[in-house]
Amino acid sequence: MEEKHDHILKEVTGSEYKYGFFSDIDTETIPKGLSEDVVRLISAKKNEPDFMLEFRLKAYRHWLTMKMPQWAHLTIPEINYQDIIFYAAPKQQASLSSLDEVDPELLRTFNKLGIPLEEQKLLTGVAVDAVMDSISVKTTFRESLAELGIVFCSMSDAIREYPELVKKYIGTVVPYTDNYFASLNSAVFSDGSFCYIPRGVRCPMELSTYFRINAANSGQFERTLLVADDDSYVSYLEGCTAPMRDENQLHAAVVEIIALENAEVKYSTVQNWYPGDKNGKGGIFNFVTKRGICKGDNSKISWTQVETGSAITWKYPSCILRGENTTGEFYSVAVTNNYQQADTGTKMIHIGKNSHSTIISKGISAGHGQNSFRSLVKVVKNADKVRNFTQCDSMLMGDKCGAHTFPYIEVENESAVIEHEATTSRIGEDQIFYCNQRGIDTESAVGLIINGYAREVLNKLPMEFAVEAQKLLAISLEGSVG
Amino acid sequence: MTNDSTLATELKRDLISLFRQNNGILETGSGRILNLYREQAFHDFDRLGIPSTKNEAYRYTPLEKYFQGNYDVELNANPFKYDIESIFKCDVPDLDTHVVLVLNGFYYNGNPAGTLPDGVAVCSLKEASLRFPDVFHKHYSHYADTSTDGLVALNTLFAQDGVFVYIPRDTVMEKPLQVINLSHSLKNLRITRRNLIVAEQNSSASIVVCDHTLCNKSYLTNSLTEVFIGENAGIAFDRLQNENSKSTQINNLFVHQLQSSRFNGNSISLHGGLIRNNFYIRQNGPDCDSNLNGLFLCDDSQHVANFVLVDHASPRGTSNQLFKGILDNDATGAFNGKILVRKDAQKIQAYQKNNNLLLSSAARMNTKPHLEIYADDVKCSHGATVGQLNTEAMFYLRSRGIGEKEARHLLMYAFANEIVSRISIPILKERIIELVEKRLRGELSLCNDCNIHCG
Repeated sequence: MEEKHDHILKEVTGSEYKYGFFSDIDTETIPKGLSEDVVRLISAKKNEPDFMLEFRLKAYRHWLTMKMPQWAHLTIPEINYQDIIFYAAPKQQASLSSLDEVDPELLRTFNKLGIPLEEQKLLTGVAVDAVMDSISVKTTFRESLAELGIVFCSMSDAIREYPELVKKYIGTVVPYTDNYFASLNSAVFSDGSFCYIPRGVRCPMELSTYFRINAANSGQFERTLLVADDDSYVSYLEGCTAPMRDENQLHAAVVEIIALENAEVKYSTVQNWYPGDKNGKGGIFNFVTKRGICKGDNSKISWTQVETGSAITWKYPSCILRGENTTGEFYSVAVTNNYQQADTGTKMIHIGKNSHSTIISKGISAGHGQNSFRSLVKVVKNADKVRNFTQCDSMLMGDKCGAHTFPYIEVENESAVIEHEATTSRIGEDQIFYCNQRGIDTESAVGLIINGYAREVLNKLPMEFAVEAQKLLAISLEGSVG
Repeated sequence: MTNDSTLATELKRDLISLFRQNNGILETGSGRILNLYREQAFHDFDRLGIPSTKNEAYRYTPLEKYFQGNYDVELNANPFKYDIESIFKCDVPDLDTHVVLVLNGFYYNGNPAGTLPDGVAVCSLKEASLRFPDVFHKHYSHYADTSTDGLVALNTLFAQDGVFVYIPRDTVMEKPLQVINLSHSLKNLRITRRNLIVAEQNSSASIVVCDHTLCNKSYLTNSLTEVFIGENAGIAFDRLQNENSKSTQINNLFVHQLQSSRFNGNSISLHGGLIRNNFYIRQNGPDCDSNLNGLFLCDDSQHVANFVLVDHASPRGTSNQLFKGILDNDATGAFNGKILVRKDAQKIQAYQKNNNLLLSSAARMNTKPHLEIYADDVKCSHGATVGQLNTEAMFYLRSRGIGEKEARHLLMYAFANEIVSRISIPILKERIIELVEKRLRGELSLCNDCNIHCG
């Protein structure tokens, strides 16, 4: 039994990244390196108004005064910012003429994940009707959304078309001084999404974008801004795959969410970027600042994330609960396999009276993976009747991985009720035995148990994503584990 | 920020110059082995200084301002002019223990000599370094790491005296040993205390430590205890901290356990100005068992911080931590507990729990239960809560005709009792239950027969 487990374990930890591919597309890039000129150049290339350039320059100057933070439970190789191309726009869009040219192994994985054919083409860069920028898809969406007054476009478009909205909200949740990577992002962000839901509108569809990193050596700096006006609702999906590359790529995104009175925002992420090979070579550095503010009373922000990719994941989607009766939620599944590292979690800052928050985190470590959960629950002095419930569970697979939790609880108000619990364990042999006994092989049993373990979080994902995520979990740990 | 750092530099400079001025007195006053570690401690302290709130482990304990006060330092044990029996009498009359007094950090020479079991030695650290050089060499400063914590370095730097306990192999100490640390002076005093407890293979002992202040002066105590528990040996360690509200107490306890050894610790913080307890428990052999419980009650502007590191370095160990706190008025509390399971330390079961009651709107509690796990076949969990008295329980009591105040006391007492009930010596337990009850009623927590008012 033990031996078999070991064998299966080796298989999983040995399995290569299934989505690794690289579309060789011409991109318009600027020279490597970072300087004030580069910041100006990026702004100029995007025809931005002056206030944006100013914002970028302020951020850049501030960034120069900062040092890379060292507190995370991560081993990060030194990043040479002069060796990164800070701007790359896709120029020519297709290189393949049909899906037949795509690696069949990749297609198999897509089919396993249940990705629709059109989307597969889009993802593999096949030139039919889908294009890199998915302009066609977006325009269809945009038309029906526009009828409701919803603005959903790229950040660059928003800066040009809705400068007053962008100016009003950008940097209000994540100021350019916030942290090292947020400052860097503010200075050089390439593009991203902007979304505005007007008063009283319930967005009828899930808004989604696929982020991709395409040009070699180019760090990607996304900036997403989501504003939900009074009484509105939106569910936003973000998912990513990345091409197989040998060199570390830096990704430092910023996501800001503003929920006004009675608004509800649901933000779901499935992150599956290239995690590096089984020896820990290569892979994406995913250093993201995500934060939402429940500004108006009775508003709600809910983060759901499934993190399976990236060599290093470092992010804390957070909620500032400023209004009264506001709700913040955080549901997370983080998987680290091979030499992946993750330091993720959330912050719930309770400022408003009667604000509630829930944190559910499920960490899974395999191989040499190091998985850390870090959270802060802060209740300020005047926030009466705050309620928080935190549960973080870790599962360990194999004896070379690590699972760590760093929860911070800071309470300055007597009426707060804060609960925190955490467990660490591995898949019980009795559970596997039980499944085996009923004719379920060990591999499926593990899949079953893992999915059951993460169910609480997966259930929070929108339908399409939930199915994909479930399969993704199984594939991430495939061949899988005892 | 600049102010903070200049303050830190000033403090460090003052302490270093204090050491330089008195190095000679310190060295002649203590044994050779104690002096061996001073140089390293000096370099470490010079590098680390007094930990600021920027230091992750001291994030919630602003220590610097407590070090600022004007304190005298006693570098020689002053002959005590009073009859110690007349000013201090332990208030647990039926408690049958070997009593040892430590006055202002110095072992009291008039300690009543009881008959100890064969081979057991209880004496001053200074004496021990001469009488038991082998034991001393083998253990002193081996478990307290000066390289990471400035306060440990500072203690090692100024260490002169304290209690030394040696229990040879296969010896069981039936009667508990009671160490009473007293602070008594006419001036504000900075006290350094260093204790070493060595329990060899198959031995067992129970040690009770009480901390008292006998005057209403300010005391800054930096106390460090190293405990070595050999194979199959067991140590029960109960500590009661009851000092005046001007006192600042820093306590470092380093426990080093070998195979199949047991450690049971209870720490009751009844009263004090600032209490910072650091517990480091290292299971350096397989099949160890460690239990650590803590209760702290604070009100006014008191601060109690408990820092725990249970280091599972070997397989099949078990550990349990339970810390409970009740905070009233402007009191602040902190708990920082860490379970570390090292690579290949399989089959570990480690649990940690921290519950806190906040009774007033200005009281603050910061808690950080923390797991770091590098082995897979383990069962670890932690839980933390911050809240108020259960309203349903309150209603239940009220509906049975119990007044609000009484009901509150009852519930608080029940909350605290979970810890107190774990004290292994029955008579002591009873007495502490009484003290806790009184403390919760807001009565001064002085002992009945004591003439000194600690409050």
